[in-house]
Parts: sequence; structure tokens; C-alpha cells
Amino acid sequence: MSILEVRHIEKHFGATQVLTDISFSLEQGQALSIIGASGSGKTTLLRCLNLLERPDGGSFSVRGETLFDASDPATQSEAQVRQKRLHFGLVFQSFNLFPQYTALENVTLAGRLLAKERPGFRENRREIYAEIERQGQELLARMGLADRAGHYPHQLSGGQQQRVAIARALALQPDVLCFDEPTSALDPELTGEVLKVIRSLAEEKTTMIIVTHEMAFARDVSDQLIFMDGGVIVEQGDPHQVIDNPQQERTKRFLRNYQS
Amino acid sequence: MFLTVIGALNTGFIQTMKLFAVTLVGALPLGLLLSFGSMSRFKPLSYLTKLVVWVIRGTPLMLQLIILYYIPGQLMDHSPWPGGESGRFLASAIAFIINYSCYFCEIYRGGIQSVPVGQQEAGLVLGMTKWQIFFRVTLLQMIKRIVPPMSNEIITLVKDTSLARIISMQELIWAGYAFLKGSHGYSGLLWPLFFTGVYYLVFIGILTLLFGYVERRLSYFR
Repeated sequence: MSILEVRHIEKHFGATQVLTDISFSLEQGQALSIIGASGSGKTTLLRCLNLLERPDGGSFSVRGETLFDASDPATQSEAQVRQKRLHFGLVFQSFNLFPQYTALENVTLAGRLLAKERPGFRENRREIYAEIERQGQELLARMGLADRAGHYPHQLSGGQQQRVAIARALALQPDVLCFDEPTSALDPELTGEVLKVIRSLAEEKTTMIIVTHEMAFARDVSDQLIFMDGGVIVEQGDPHQVIDNPQQERTKRFLRNYQS
Repeated sequence: MFLTVIGALNTGFIQTMKLFAVTLVGALPLGLLLSFGSMSRFKPLSYLTKLVVWVIRGTPLMLQLIILYYIPGQLMDHSPWPGGESGRFLASAIAFIINYSCYFCEIYRGGIQSVPVGQQEAGLVLGMTKWQIFFRVTLLQMIKRIVPPMSNEIITLVKDTSLARIISMQELIWAGYAFLKGSHGYSGLLWPLFFTGVYYLVFIGILTLLFGYVERRLSYFR
């Protein structure tokens, strides 16, 4: 069974239709890249999955659990939204690190807050916090930032900030990790270090959805690729197939911009 | 003579300090409430708050003091304010709290709205509650942003307390001026009035150091 099933998602802002009949599925351990021009609905799709936007139609489920169904109000209660969001992680284009916390605190903050809801928290507070901190250090080390744990975001380069943000999203062990143009705000020389980290996550079989403009990267790293235009999925399938041998006219036209 | 003057000025300065402190204690939280009102998605509340802020910021505090202190007495048989200095202080305190909460309201609103929405979204996707996001993420960033405009406004408040003199509240300027008009057996003495400036200067000097300290404490992040 697929880890993520997305069925017929619709979204409009006022009179503007942003997403039309979006359906796809994702297997455990696979990486899906979404490409397309600005305004094609890629970011809105990620925001819908993370329940930052509420879709107007359709449904999606993770590990068989329906997280949202537009036709079933029971799935939309505010109280459950917070729990459901934890199935997904989201890495933002603009990092959105918390400026008043160090790199390590950024990674551990949410875990520490969630730990308070665990049974037996009071008795084991010290052990739980120590464990969360150890995991945070470990994640930063995996991102190549072991020596930056005590730095504040403004003391880090853009690439380092984005890697802290990736560690922060990984800390809650989401089922699906989403990237919203993770390198678009970075200088070209900093893009590589972030892509390298995402590549290593793919090699470790992290389930991911990557919205990106890095075509070569999308082709090499992902198992599945979606090309979106005007809020619809125009073409999807094997990344090499779609990028090197597109079938649809719109896909060809879009990819022509990336050929040098 | 010097000790007599200093004694009288100290008494006036105590009234000034009381009005300053009471205004802060009242207007800081009331201003926050007003800012929530003006940002409310419930339109009538937001319009009403904006109307109040417009009227209060659009008219002189001195006029508001006069209206609040004298008009109720005109409408009723007798003034509702207690007699003597306590009544004048009460009326002044209420006028100052209302006036300053409207200025603070706008400062808070600016501070809250200047924290990028991405901060809140980052908290949401990490499973934080709205309150956790406010207290753990947004609040400190907002405080950092409002310290400079807030210190400006609070320094202005110190000097604005002298407006209470218009309804004869016996604050520092009133106490200095009394020696010119005649009191404590002296009249035509000009220097006590000028000397009140030293009190304001010293007190605002202390406040400036305090705000500078707060700004430095919050300078570890951007």
C-alpha cells in the first residue's frame, strides 16, 4: 500500500482555480519531485498537504488514515489538525528559522513542547529532554553542522540555515518530508550543499516530495516526477522519461527553458 | 529657601511619578487589548476600535483632560470627581490611560504585524498550538521590534504629565510655577520653574539607560 494517497484535490482562491483534480500516490522510501512554472500550484499543493490551506475538494490519506476529506466534515475538526500535521514535515523556501533560538534549539523546540503531552513526562523530564537534545545534535551532525549547534540563525549562511531547517523538520520524524523550493533563496554556490543533503536523504530512503526548479537534480534524485501547469498535473512518471522524453507539448515547452 | 523649594518640587515630582506609573500600568495592557480589537476579523469591533483611536489621537490630550474633568459636572448636578487633589489625579489618570493606550495600540499592532507570517507557519507545521507559537516564537520578536518606538512614547509620557496642570493637578511644573505666582511665603521666584527641567532630564536619562539595556539584551538575534 502507498504511504501517501492524494485523490482529486481541488483548491481555489476566490474565483481563481489554483489546483484541479490533483491525484497521485507515493510509496514508502520514494522521492517525488514536482516541477513547473511559478504560479502552477506546486507550493499550494504542499501547503494543502501540510494543512496550511484547506482544499476545497478531494481527500488524502497517509498510511491508510484519511487526514482530510472535503466531503467528510469529521476529518476537518480543528482539534485534530495539529496531530495530522505531524505526518508531514515542511522545509520552506525562506527557511523560517526562529531567530531568537540557536540552531540546536530550533531543532529541539517542537520536540520539547510535544514531549510535555507524553504520559510520564513529569517523572522523566530530564531523561526525555536529554534524549531530544542528543537526537538534535545527531541531526545537526548529519547535516554537517555539528560545530554550529550554538549559533543563532543570523550567524549562519543561507545554506547552513536551510540545513538547520531540514534538521528541524526531520526531528519530528514525519512520514513524508516536503521541500518547497528549498534552494530558490540561495546563491548558486550555496545551492550545492543543500542539494547534497537532500540527495543523501534520498539515499537513506526518506519519503519526500520536492518542489524544485533544479531539473538535473530532480531527474537524478527522484523516483517519480510530476510536471504541473495551471493547477493541473500535465505529465507524471519516471523522471528520466518525463525530462528527457516528454510526451506533452506543454512539458516540452517548459523544459526548453532549462536547456542550455 | 533652597530646601523649601526642593521640598515643594519633590512633592510635585511624586505626583508626576504617580501619574506616569499609573498611566503605564493601565495603558500597556489596555493598548494590547485595543490592538487585538483593531486586528479582529469581526469587522464592527475593528471599525469601532479604529474610530476610538482616531478620535483620541486626533485631538489634544489637554482638551481631553478638560472635557473629562469639567463636562460631567456640567451635565449632572455636581461633579462626579472626588474633591481636591485626589479627584484631579483620578481624572488625569483616566484621561492619560485612554490617550496613551491608543498610541500603544498602534505600536503593538505594528509589532505584531511585522513578524513574518512564515514564523507562525513554521510553528504550525511543527505541531505547535497557537498559544505556544505566540509565547515561544512571536512574542519575543514582537517585543524586540516595539522597544524603540515604545521607549520614544514612554519618554514623551514623562513630559506630557505636565499637561495635567491644566486641571490644576499639582505635578512638578505646577509646583515650580507656584513660586512665581506666590506660595510658601515667596513670590516672583523664577528659578524653581526652570529647575524642574533638571528633574525631567535626570529621570529621562535613567529611562534612556534602561531602554538601551533592554535593546542590548535583545540584540543577540535579528
